[in-house]
Amino acid sequence: MSEGATVPESAFIEVDRVEKVFDVRRRTGFLQRELRRVRAVDAISFTVARGEMVGYIGPNGAGKSTTIKMLTGILTPSGGRLRVAGIDPSRERTRLAHRIGVVFGQRTTLWWDLPLIDSYRLMHRMYRIPDGRYRENLDRLVELLDLSALLEVPVRQLSLGQRMRGDIAAALLHDPEVLYLDEPTIGLDVVSKARVREFLRELNTERGTTVLLTTHDLQDIEQLCSRVMVIDHGRLVYDGALAGLHEAGESERTLVVDLERELPPVEVGEAARVVKVDGPRQWLAFPASESAAPLVARIAAEYPLVDLSVREPDIEAVIARMYQDRETARETVVQAPGNS
Amino acid sequence: MGEGGRLVEGLRAYRLIAGMWIRSTLAYRVSFVLTVVGGLLVTGLDFVAILLMFSQVDVLGGYTLPEVAFLYGLSATSFGLADLSIGSAGRLGSRVRDGTLDTLLVRPAPVLAQVAADRFALRRVARLIQGTLVLGYAWVALDVDWTPVKVALVPVMLVCGGLIFAAVFVAGAAFQFVAQDASEVQAAFTYGGQTLLQYPPTVFGTELVRGVTFVLPLAFVNWVPAAYVLGRPYPLGLPEWAAFAPPLVAVACCAVAGSAWRAGLRTYRSTGS
Repeated sequence: MSEGATVPESAFIEVDRVEKVFDVRRRTGFLQRELRRVRAVDAISFTVARGEMVGYIGPNGAGKSTTIKMLTGILTPSGGRLRVAGIDPSRERTRLAHRIGVVFGQRTTLWWDLPLIDSYRLMHRMYRIPDGRYRENLDRLVELLDLSALLEVPVRQLSLGQRMRGDIAAALLHDPEVLYLDEPTIGLDVVSKARVREFLRELNTERGTTVLLTTHDLQDIEQLCSRVMVIDHGRLVYDGALAGLHEAGESERTLVVDLERELPPVEVGEAARVVKVDGPRQWLAFPASESAAPLVARIAAEYPLVDLSVREPDIEAVIARMYQDRETARETVVQAPGNS
Repeated sequence: MGEGGRLVEGLRAYRLIAGMWIRSTLAYRVSFVLTVVGGLLVTGLDFVAILLMFSQVDVLGGYTLPEVAFLYGLSATSFGLADLSIGSAGRLGSRVRDGTLDTLLVRPAPVLAQVAADRFALRRVARLIQGTLVLGYAWVALDVDWTPVKVALVPVMLVCGGLIFAAVFVAGAAFQFVAQDASEVQAAFTYGGQTLLQYPPTVFGTELVRGVTFVLPLAFVNWVPAAYVLGRPYPLGLPEWAAFAPPLVAVACCAVAGSAWRAGLRTYRSTGS
């Protein structure tokens, strides 16, 4: 109990060489099974300060959800030390539950056939939220997330974006100190995404709630998180600002141009290189750190340009590059002694 | 939090969640009424099958119709109690498969209570009603000298029988942490066991009766204590005090099921799905 008080403010979430090993049984024949050890999370260490907003990203199967599940007390780590608000999540799951909020993007915790407000009333009683605080929180969340018209609507009739807002409110009624969001904007339209992001930003700045979110959408990170952690093959491969991630991954954006007719690949020197040509449409890769404007101007001046669009690098591509670089670096190191 | 505190917390969460499911059910009122009526008809036909049998024979394994009705009523009512209150736990496997069990694990309430109340199905009340009606018929039709002990034994049998079936449900749910598609196996023991107990032990082979007495002690739901009430020979030549063992058997079953549940949950939390 006293442990909670002694945790320094600088380390609200403490993860110290935490690992999670699964034994995976794979069916190889009718009755034969092959036992394989999988290190889903491999000696990860990081700390998150109170009030930080951190993006946690990585390809599917990299260990993101496993980490979140250990932080929320769903899974027991196989090794290492883990504390959230001074609590060991797997040992004191229910005590921790009162202090954290969790939103699983694709799994609603709302009651399908009942009006939205009924789910909130359940939270009120299940978390034993004092009446006054419940009223106050509900009013605030309803206003910020624009839910007033939806409270009496059965959840099954809500749109995906409305339901996500409903889920976020449900996770915050008991004033959690930390909010975990798993893919909060997945499948949402542009307007809903913007609204969710704006709300999260406000929650973080106004109330100082610590936020840890996993996402596939780089824009979520760009607009919300000052810090991003990248996990791949169970290891933390990057922890820092988003700008640095682009650098580390030498990521590229793609300019898609539609020309008037089929032409040989566009020539723009060092500024960009053509990666694909399909009829009158061409794909050009250029460094993510560069502005697209001069490139567009140049192509428009020299070629019969009809239409264009710019595609942001996706996280998978950035990470794939980072990983490649690491592998290459390792090979170089390994080969070095042989050459000398 | 001690064990007592956890029980109180669990019952509270159970009440809250079951209440939500009842309200969800009542959102489709007509559908609910129809399923209950349908359930009553189907379970009613179940007993009609026994009536038909007795139109051809006077006794079944040495038991008369009111006596078989007594066994049937006890079995169906205890099972109905367990099925209504905790039968939903049998669906645990599907929650493990689709990953929604995780949403229960981040709530400040015991998982077993949440799983037991999950999709609380009020329609299961049909089995309970039908069982009680058959038991009522047996009560009237039986030619038994109702001593105070025999009268008191009836509610004891129902409560302990309910607990024994509940333990089987929980143990079956625990097994689904490991084998997610095992709900059929569980059904064989719960629904199958209930059907088995509706007939006198004398119509079954000794091996089966032995298994149902000593391995999975379903015989203590009705066979053994009912033998005392009906003044029948005890199955397997058990001593007379065995008729009063149901409370002990129920407590033992619940303890075993509780350990199995904890072990299952521990496995899940260390391995994930």
